Amino acid sequence: MGDLLLEDVDDLEFPDDAHVTSTGISNEKLGMWVYLASDCLLFGGMISTYLIYKNRPGEIPGLAGNPNKVSEYFDIPFTSMTSFILLMSSLTMVFAVNSILRDDLSRMRLWLTSTAVLGGLFLAGQIYEFRIFVVNDSMGFTSNVASSAFFALTGLHGVHVVIGVIMLLSVLALSFGRRIRAEAVEVVGLYWHFVDIVWVLIFTIVYLIP
Amino acid sequence: MAIIEEHPPLELTTGGTTTTTAPDPMGVFARPKATTGWRSWVNTVDHKKIGIMYGVASFFFLLVGGVEALMIRLQLAVPGNQLLSADLYNQVFTMHGVTMVFMVVMPMASAFANYLLPLQIGARDVSFPRMNALSLWVWLAGAAFFNSSWLLGGGANGGWFNYAPNSGVAFSPGHGIDFYAVGLLIMGIGSTVSAINLTVTVLNMRAPGMTLMKMPVFTWMTFVTQVLLVFALPVITVALLLLTMDRMFDANFFNASMGGDPMLWEHLFWIFGHPEVYIMVLPAFGIVSEVIPVFSRKPIFGYPFMVGSGIAIGFMGWGVWAHHMFASGMGQLSMIAFSLSTLFIAVPTGVKILNWLATMYGGRLKFTVAMLFSVGLVGMFTIGGLSGVSHAFAPADTQQTDTYYIVAHFHYVLFGGALLGLFGGMYFWWPKAFGYFLGEKTGKWHFWLMLIGFNLTFGPMHILGLQGMMRRTFTYTDNQGFNTWNLVSTIGAFMIAVSLIIFMANIVFSYRKHRRNPVNPGPDPWDARSLEWMVPSPVPEHNFDEQPVVEEFDEFWHRKYGHDENGRLVRIAKTEDVVQLGDATGVHLPSPSYWPLVLALGFPLIGYGLIFNLWWAVPGTVLVIAGIYGWVMEPSTDPDAGHGHDDHGDDHDDPAAAAAELPGGSDSEAPSADVDGAPADDGELVTASTSASATTAAGDSAAPTGDDSNG
Repeated sequence: MGDLLLEDVDDLEFPDDAHVTSTGISNEKLGMWVYLASDCLLFGGMISTYLIYKNRPGEIPGLAGNPNKVSEYFDIPFTSMTSFILLMSSLTMVFAVNSILRDDLSRMRLWLTSTAVLGGLFLAGQIYEFRIFVVNDSMGFTSNVASSAFFALTGLHGVHVVIGVIMLLSVLALSFGRRIRAEAVEVVGLYWHFVDIVWVLIFTIVYLIP
Repeated sequence: MAIIEEHPPLELTTGGTTTTTAPDPMGVFARPKATTGWRSWVNTVDHKKIGIMYGVASFFFLLVGGVEALMIRLQLAVPGNQLLSADLYNQVFTMHGVTMVFMVVMPMASAFANYLLPLQIGARDVSFPRMNALSLWVWLAGAAFFNSSWLLGGGANGGWFNYAPNSGVAFSPGHGIDFYAVGLLIMGIGSTVSAINLTVTVLNMRAPGMTLMKMPVFTWMTFVTQVLLVFALPVITVALLLLTMDRMFDANFFNASMGGDPMLWEHLFWIFGHPEVYIMVLPAFGIVSEVIPVFSRKPIFGYPFMVGSGIAIGFMGWGVWAHHMFASGMGQLSMIAFSLSTLFIAVPTGVKILNWLATMYGGRLKFTVAMLFSVGLVGMFTIGGLSGVSHAFAPADTQQTDTYYIVAHFHYVLFGGALLGLFGGMYFWWPKAFGYFLGEKTGKWHFWLMLIGFNLTFGPMHILGLQGMMRRTFTYTDNQGFNTWNLVSTIGAFMIAVSLIIFMANIVFSYRKHRRNPVNPGPDPWDARSLEWMVPSPVPEHNFDEQPVVEEFDEFWHRKYGHDENGRLVRIAKTEDVVQLGDATGVHLPSPSYWPLVLALGFPLIGYGLIFNLWWAVPGTVLVIAGIYGWVMEPSTDPDAGHGHDDHGDDHDDPAAAAAELPGGSDSEAPSADVDGAPADDGELVTASTSASATTAAGDSAAPTGDDSNG
């Protein structure tokens, strides 16, 4: 990771050392791809858990806990809006990578900041949504299995977004004082796009499919 | 002799390492410089030292798990025994199982993978050396955390697969299961990091010409194992996260009264758990596939089938998990489907057994200790595999589930398979790693005692299981007919213990003998076949003086031997002429670092915080964050460090001198960078004295790379 952020003055083109690896892809980028492949199964397991549990509270009579399904409280227009914000952050991320490839550091900082702000907005929306569920609808993490699975899944995604925002801000901070390699931005971008794509899946599977 | 090109220093740092002035690593630690003493082990990023530490730590846990096994066998030696209470017995067998799986077999395989994999593919190190150190320390921190439960209220007691609902707070109110969940999560982080690292290493760090289908079988099996880990670990991570939330944050994922489903745990656990079985045994298969050809003096029989069957096992291993759950009432269709897939997976495993036999057939067999262990694996694993096939039939399996028949089966595959292979590997590569042989005579005592003890311990368990003795019962009564075989089994267990003592004594005495009369075994003591035997023993820190250019499978062998016009094997070169001397100077290696250790120490603190008091998590989190940022700010190669094993001191002050000395380095400003005709390969092909030879070399090295990207 450190290798990535460290600067190489002559080398802002990526893939800069591609010709020395056997695959032509740099170690850092390939490592991120392998990690993301692993992460797919993490989300796969969580999404499966939600799908198994989402209708349980209403279906099985005599269960302890809140008998309502968490999906009854979804505010689709609101979540659509925050989803749109998150998707737009992928666009700004593309611009950030594009800027650093053109060696335009100030533009890159602008787009990285925008990406982080959009990610932060999404997180704020998620916190607001959780608050409504817990306070207004008394549908908390422990209310029933469906709500537990819902909060675990969306919370896991939220943690991924938080880590992504921290990485964006770290790259931004490191871009002052020392110059960073284009590939650092690109690899963070890979992660960010992955988190967005996972949200598209979660939004479709959890929120839109009844 | 192939065209040899200078190996570029580890490709992690591109350029600038000798010229730019990188800032101090946060000014906290002086950059570690120790090359001897304990510090050189604590801060190392050398894959060989990390491999040795994996080996030492996993052997320590083998003794811990072994003592637990002896306690189990002592308790069961006679009927109605009161040595252990039922509760303590539950803890002992659970800790024994988890220790042997996650702290012995897996890390011992990691020891071999770390040490050998870069050597076998002709690389200087793994792709991420500091991440390699991180995986070791995180795993070790998790293992220590898990075992500390003995002192903090008792170990886990739910069996190694820890079924719900027994794992819930209602039935297991102590902290044992918490330690299980959090400990495995921590070790899972270490394993994931290691799996990503080694996967990228195999894909990216191969020497020129080392196409995938020229890699040694051990490298292949390790690669399959790492890919399995990449995909299997997140599944158990999900299961453990759900369990942690159930136990610590009052969720109800496995609480049936709230609609939770205990079956979900079983599915998630075994979706991980079955690939895990292959994760444990495939590295041993790889070791045996290296040992048998060397001591049969024949190439491995059917190399493509050997590799293909390993890959097939890796794929099919994902479709058989529910055969662990035939007694759970999951429905007839599932039972039939998983019965069939389980029967099918026996085919690629059988292919491997037949290929080993065919490799030995007609060979000039030499029964060294390594070979004995390997042949032992072939035999014992076949027995375990056959009893495994008998589990594939759901009706038979419903009868056998949770009896000692199952215990017998998985010990035949994991002890008789994985562990015998790992011991064989130790005898085989010991001179390579440490520069002296383990005693062959004592080793034979070790082998035969272990083999006989093993069969005495686990053979009778087949009978006990079919007679109806349930696993995990802490005792039995006099009139159940279990007395004789249980006593035999206990005697066998102590024979295994004695054989382990012989092994340790062998290490000590062989080392002493070596100290009295040092005789270096030389680079190639066994007349072996793969690249790691091309470098001196013990392997110098920089591995290869010059990066080998690979033309054939079993490259090293083909540099020593060829065929005459009648197709007979003839020596074409003396070993001394084809091995490397290990005296290269000016090799740039990744610099040691403390940050992986700092980062790793944070995890157990977070774990204690989750279990006892969240305040403990605060220093843990601080350590983790400090570790990550310290790491990021620290250049992977210390600009002030010397070059490789012979320290060249100050030449970094002068980029031109550094570049001249380090021809080709990662330094893009090297004078040879702009050799005309090869602009893309600036700096890598260093020794180019004329542009013509540089272009040729560039073409040669580029071609295999191009091929690989498709495959």
